[in-house]
Amino acid sequence: MNLQAVKVIYKYEMLRTWHTLFQSIASPVLSTALYFIVFGSAIGSRIQSVDGVTYGLFIVPGLMMLSILTQSVSNASFGIFFPKFTGTVYEVMSAPVSFFEILLGYVGAAATKSLIIGTIILITASFFVDLRIDHPIWMALFLILTCVSFSLLGFIIGLWANNFEKLQIVPLLIITPLVFLGGTFYSVSMLPPLWQTITLFNPVLYLVSGFRWSFFEVSDVNVGISLGVILLFLGICSGIVWWMFKTGYRLKQ
Amino acid sequence: MTTIISISNLCKTYENGYQALKRVNLDIREGEILALLGPNGAGKTTLISVICGLVSPTSGTVSVAGFDIIKDYRQTRRRIGLVPQELTLAAFDKVWDTLCFSRGLFGKKADNAYLEQLLKDLSLWDKRNGELRTLSGGMKRRVLIAKALSHQPKILFLDEPTAGVDVELRKDMWRIVNRLRDSGVTIILTTHYIEEAEQIADRVGVINNGELLLVDDKANLMQELGRKQMIIELKEPLKEIPESMASYALELSDDGHELIFTYDTQGKSTGITALLQAMHSAGISMKDLNTTQSSLQDIFVNLVQAQP
Repeated sequence: MNLQAVKVIYKYEMLRTWHTLFQSIASPVLSTALYFIVFGSAIGSRIQSVDGVTYGLFIVPGLMMLSILTQSVSNASFGIFFPKFTGTVYEVMSAPVSFFEILLGYVGAAATKSLIIGTIILITASFFVDLRIDHPIWMALFLILTCVSFSLLGFIIGLWANNFEKLQIVPLLIITPLVFLGGTFYSVSMLPPLWQTITLFNPVLYLVSGFRWSFFEVSDVNVGISLGVILLFLGICSGIVWWMFKTGYRLKQ
Repeated sequence: MTTIISISNLCKTYENGYQALKRVNLDIREGEILALLGPNGAGKTTLISVICGLVSPTSGTVSVAGFDIIKDYRQTRRRIGLVPQELTLAAFDKVWDTLCFSRGLFGKKADNAYLEQLLKDLSLWDKRNGELRTLSGGMKRRVLIAKALSHQPKILFLDEPTAGVDVELRKDMWRIVNRLRDSGVTIILTTHYIEEAEQIADRVGVINNGELLLVDDKANLMQELGRKQMIIELKEPLKEIPESMASYALELSDDGHELIFTYDTQGKSTGITALLQAMHSAGISMKDLNTTQSSLQDIFVNLVQAQP
């Protein structure tokens, strides 16, 4: 195993994050603060508690998921798309590295960044509400699994996209709606029955629900099912990446 | 001399149906400088890309130091450094950082002393903290060379190294290439400048339309180059070459107005004086005299044009 290569790819990608440190940290902090002001304080004060949890507290896991999902996808997709776009990917492709090592470097870095952002949001949230985490280990597990699997998804999008439009279209038209409609800001039980059923087809629901359960033991679906769905999602993404590498999809002619 | 790269029956057809390589067979010797000559689109870059792992071959095999480029890709790739044709560099990276990245990518532990010397050799040491986007085209080319050498490869591919490069850098580059060769590195360069191949290569391969037309020692090619022709225009046309002059390498033009004498400039004597005396004795008078010299260019053009 070429660990040296994994290390330099990882380091390189993390360095890219430090270059845009302000943007990387300021943007999630700012948006979290805004959500808390609008939903937590302004509107939230008129909303009754949801499943016995105050609304401000209730949206914390959803808010974390919202940022983690979008950041994982955009960060990982950009990380591989850009060298492909500029042509510098030739070096990685001609180096004695396996595809798994390439993946470990790029996706590892993107997932790390998402983890950092998630933690920052959690800290920011603690300034607005009295945080409560009933199952910290489960919380960490869901957090890590989500960071990794959505970074994988981002990597797939970055490989697939052959122009900037495609790079942005998936996060914009698919990820964002799924996150908003996946119970980020509400409990699914608040929806009419038809929409409840439709929402069950949204994978993000299971992530948010499981994650929320680890905070307050409040969930829309059973936590075991949540875990199963995210593992399934991870498996599917891994399968797609494996196929892409095997065929040299958009990397090798 | 031992073979370091062995290419056999290599074919590459791209997805759009374009056949870039047609059954290429080539053995590259350890420690030599091989120049691959050919016009644009001949297949030079495809050939290099296959060996380096950037393009998958359609059929055929390539081995590097006895290892298969697909099965034992780690073994083959760690021995190879590639300087690509395009100036592909990440704009915001710093020179030093990008070098460390390249070295690590090839699995080598950091060696600051080596990288420092490399940068100094390439006149890049002053620019080590500069961002790549601030460098001139020539400097970027140097950075690409430094990156390719950062992991101390045994084989170096230079794809059109002198395209858009000024005289100074070209000189520097040949100095570096020679020094690398002296240290035992095998160098394969592609070019469409014939003078370049002439100047630096040990062997020259001519490639066109995906076919390797010729691979020969430069010395042999130079011998071809050393051949010169003298065209003697005659006052009166001849029906045939007189017997007294039969011992000379002479040809008579179809209309009998020209005698063409082929001679070797590298030889002890060219035979020109004797021929002219023989002509005088035979009573042949001439109107005009011309000499032409074949060049690698002619050999190359003839080879390329002879292809269907």
